[in-house]
Amino acid sequence: MQSPLPFFPEQASNFAGNVDALFSYILVTAIFFTVLVSLLAIFAAFRYRRKNASDIGAEIHGNTALEIGWTLIPLILALGMFAWGAVIYVNYRTAPKDTLDIYVIGKQWMWKLQQPNGRKEINELHIPVNRNIKLILGSEDVIHNFYVPAFRVKMDVVPGRYNTMWFRPTKVGKYHFFCSQYCGTNHALMGGWVIVQDPAEYAAWLSGESGDVSPVSAGEKLFTQLACTTCHVSNGTGRGPSLNGVYGAKVLLADGSIVTADEGYIRESILQPKAKIVAGYQPVMPTFQGLVTEEQILNLTAYIKSLQTQPVPAKGAGVAPATSGKK
Amino acid sequence: MHRTGELYGQFKTLEQQKESATLGMWIFLITEVMFFGGIMLAYALNRHVYFPAFAAGSNTLSLKLGGFNTVVLLASSFTMAVAVWSSQVGKKTLISIFLLLTITLGFVFFGVKYVEYSQKFHHHLVPGKKFDIFYCVNNPAGCPDVDAPELMEESKLLDEAKAADPDLNAHAQLYYSAYFGMTGLHALHMVIGAGLLFWLLKGSLAGRFTPQWNTPVDLVGLYWHFVDIVWIYLFPLLYLIDRHK
Amino acid sequence: MSTAAAAPVKTMPEHHYLNATYGIRSWLLTVDHKRIALLYLASVTFFFFIGGFFAMMIRLHLLTPSGYLLSADTYNRMFTMHGVAMIFFFLIPSIPAVLGNFLIPLMIGAKDLAFPKINLLSWYVYVVGGAFTLYSMVSGGLDTGWTFYTPLSTVYSNSAVAPAVVGIFITGFSSILTGLNFLVTIHTMRAPGMTWFRLPMFVWAHYATSIVMILGTPVIAITLALAGMERLFGLGFFNPAMGGDPILFQHLFWFYSHPAVYIMILPAMGVISELIPTFARKQLFGYHFVAAASLAIAVIGFLVWTHHMFLTGQSTYAALVFSFLTFLVAIPSAVKTFNWVATLYGGSISFDTPMLYAFGFLGLFLIGGLTGLFLGCLGTDIHIHDTYFVVAHFHYIMVGGAIMGYLGGLHFWWPKMTGRMYPEWLARISALILFVGFNLTFFPQFLLGYLGMPRRYHVYPPEFQVYNVMSTAGASILAIGYLLPMIYLTWAAFCGKVAGDNPWPATGLEWKTQSPPLTENFEVTPVVTWEPYDFHNRPDLGLDAVAANGVVPAHGDD
Repeated sequence: MQSPLPFFPEQASNFAGNVDALFSYILVTAIFFTVLVSLLAIFAAFRYRRKNASDIGAEIHGNTALEIGWTLIPLILALGMFAWGAVIYVNYRTAPKDTLDIYVIGKQWMWKLQQPNGRKEINELHIPVNRNIKLILGSEDVIHNFYVPAFRVKMDVVPGRYNTMWFRPTKVGKYHFFCSQYCGTNHALMGGWVIVQDPAEYAAWLSGESGDVSPVSAGEKLFTQLACTTCHVSNGTGRGPSLNGVYGAKVLLADGSIVTADEGYIRESILQPKAKIVAGYQPVMPTFQGLVTEEQILNLTAYIKSLQTQPVPAKGAGVAPATSGKK
Repeated sequence: MHRTGELYGQFKTLEQQKESATLGMWIFLITEVMFFGGIMLAYALNRHVYFPAFAAGSNTLSLKLGGFNTVVLLASSFTMAVAVWSSQVGKKTLISIFLLLTITLGFVFFGVKYVEYSQKFHHHLVPGKKFDIFYCVNNPAGCPDVDAPELMEESKLLDEAKAADPDLNAHAQLYYSAYFGMTGLHALHMVIGAGLLFWLLKGSLAGRFTPQWNTPVDLVGLYWHFVDIVWIYLFPLLYLIDRHK
Repeated sequence: MSTAAAAPVKTMPEHHYLNATYGIRSWLLTVDHKRIALLYLASVTFFFFIGGFFAMMIRLHLLTPSGYLLSADTYNRMFTMHGVAMIFFFLIPSIPAVLGNFLIPLMIGAKDLAFPKINLLSWYVYVVGGAFTLYSMVSGGLDTGWTFYTPLSTVYSNSAVAPAVVGIFITGFSSILTGLNFLVTIHTMRAPGMTWFRLPMFVWAHYATSIVMILGTPVIAITLALAGMERLFGLGFFNPAMGGDPILFQHLFWFYSHPAVYIMILPAMGVISELIPTFARKQLFGYHFVAAASLAIAVIGFLVWTHHMFLTGQSTYAALVFSFLTFLVAIPSAVKTFNWVATLYGGSISFDTPMLYAFGFLGLFLIGGLTGLFLGCLGTDIHIHDTYFVVAHFHYIMVGGAIMGYLGGLHFWWPKMTGRMYPEWLARISALILFVGFNLTFFPQFLLGYLGMPRRYHVYPPEFQVYNVMSTAGASILAIGYLLPMIYLTWAAFCGKVAGDNPWPATGLEWKTQSPPLTENFEVTPVVTWEPYDFHNRPDLGLDAVAANGVVPAHGDD
């Protein structure tokens, strides 16, 4: 992140240091053999280059002692790597008892995370520093994978079963997490941030709401957090219609009817997205029923209303010309 | 240009040619083992996980029809072996007779298979939207070929299974996926085998096979025995081992 | 060339397999293994360039973090179809079906493979499978990843999965038939005196490869058949919503697809084992160990498949066992590498193009193999699994290893196949371009992977951009490196300098017949009286019978 050509990502969990150390051990071994073999080959290529067109090489068939040597030495080095790796892996797969358990649900293409006290987040995970965290992972559709590079941990999220993973964040900060098992169209967008906080800050976050922010900016933040932006792209090229200028306008629906986009319509579209489908779009939006509080719906509505002044893209907003409504 | 028993251009001797053909057939049979192995693994794993549903599925199969077909196939292996022996000792008429017998037994097998498959279809046991393991129990009129005591027995077993596995119907459907997958693949191999037998019959009626040259009979024999052996595995796996009576 | 300078002007032989008969029928109905090899050459090249086109689209798209070229769905189709075209239709058939088909009968002194008609059938099966897959590519594409993981592929994908699965299923039988043919041929068709331990290492490598093809391919066939039926008819083996297990699919898939990696790399190792002794004019160091290593790789290679699945939630004990076996399978590859380098010692080394490819292979395979250790190691795999580290690793093995071997082999045997030489300097330059382009493309991906960039992303966080730009720049160089040989080899096949029977010279039986060979390969069945790669007792090669360079036994240093 700091240097223009970074090599190691940030180390921010109990596993990071050990994984990097093991990586370095294998790296040194690998570099040693790469350099050794390359140098020997280059040396031989020059020392024994052909001087006359009809020269031939020496009569050497092999050497059993050498063969045994270069079978056993790599074997011993490899077993060392295996043992070290096994220790880390067994530790990683055996969670300690005193963990903070967080439920994680992956679905195409977003993450839903829930704190022990029931507080829900989308594509964001708040956790306290220096606490053992266990994630309980489930999938609603296909196989996903929860991956935090700064923690050096990942685990597949498999439908039909729960997997678990654990780690202890060691540094306050904001870290990327990704889906690293290919899961369809927007696999690359299925990520977010892990926010590691001081215990006090975390406790405050856990109990409090967003605080002193205006409904519009709170809504705007939610709009990004809930990954609405994944589909509702402002230029109209997304999987969902652009919401620019939609408030107060007439909207043409897939069944041919026209509605006016008022607060009630927006609320219904958030909670029951399949009820009224805008013409030209697929019913792909997931419901946010139970994921957003009433207050958050209000914030979102406020934000969408504020988009009234944004330019409407030529294609795809689903906004019907005001004169075309015959009914 | 290559007539029967002639040396093909790439070989030096007839022995080499025969050895190559036989080795090729054995290697082919190894690939067949791996092929059936994959689906048998899928079956074994699911049977382990959903034992009650698989036991219930087994109980809906007809032991009589399956057992009869097993005997038919074993008999066809015997007639095939006699055909191969006849070709080795040069009894040309016997080859044709026993090939014909083998083909006949193969078609008896197909006939029974047809009866079984159509029963499953009428009993709503083909995987898909209409699949219903309880169909016969709930609609005895739809299953006239199942008599009342059998139905009582089945109803009891299904109730027990349902108690052990609330999602019995879905998992029984897995059993039937395996059933149709495995027996279907086996039947496909039988159809190919029957085709090969007709081809042999044509050759033997023309008197082509001699003690010096009978490789096709030998190799088709190997194939036919292999297909029988597959059934010898399928019959217990599907019909027998989950039955608790 | 390295042969005597005052050689008389060479002319093409009057009769050979290329001019034995004419017309399209004589090619499409041929049972000559050499012509079938050329049919394969044309068809795998076709798929290579299709796959290469997809690769180019991928790299161009990833030039910027937000991806400016393709939509998410199109990008996903690109990398999926790149993988399918390259793996199933190029890499797996490339060396075995082209070089193996052409050379195995020649190398063992046979007139043809044991089953010439089955050989032709295998090509038609390949073409039919390829046609189905092409149909899938043009009728909506394929976006499941080449791994077809369920339930994405069986339930959720909206692309043309069924025809692609049918196509790959069919093509699998082409591979099975080729392997069967090779095994039987190597067992029963060897010329008098061609004992098992006089076989060229290329033949040993293909023997090991054929075993993998025979045992592995049927399993992928039944697996894809089940997945296809699941998609079409709703069977539930792999669908968790119906009680099935998506992990079972991965087990069955990798049971083939990991050994399939050895189908790609073992033949390349076989090629390298021919090139190095020929251009060092020296016996292969540790012949028996190199042969045994091939078989060991083929056998142990079947016991490591779940190292692709360490993070699926499989049992910790299973992971330990499979990680251990993964480290074991690395050892024979290391042994081979050491033996190749030891072969150079005391040799008389020239730098003809095939040897440059062999050197390139050594370097790239070394990096590819050693980076496999990071992935087989449980502790580091947690971090780098499914990142660009994996992408870089397997491209080093499959492109750096298998394709370098394939191109090295094509250059080496091109004079035998066509009777004509390629332009040497152009070939050397393009080998160099390939090596540089390849490293620039894929080395940055190791760094990307360790930094945490996951695979199969059509957009990525901006901090990953630098390495992606380097990679795309490298890919453009790489593309030139692939286009050049295609152009000059085609040119050379018609207009190159006439090569003669044994231009290098090399010791194998294939060089004891004319170039290009007769349809029946040899006028009389050869009798083998010499050991493999023996330059000392081969006066027919026209070389000095004593070693240069003064290595033990040290007579005749100049």
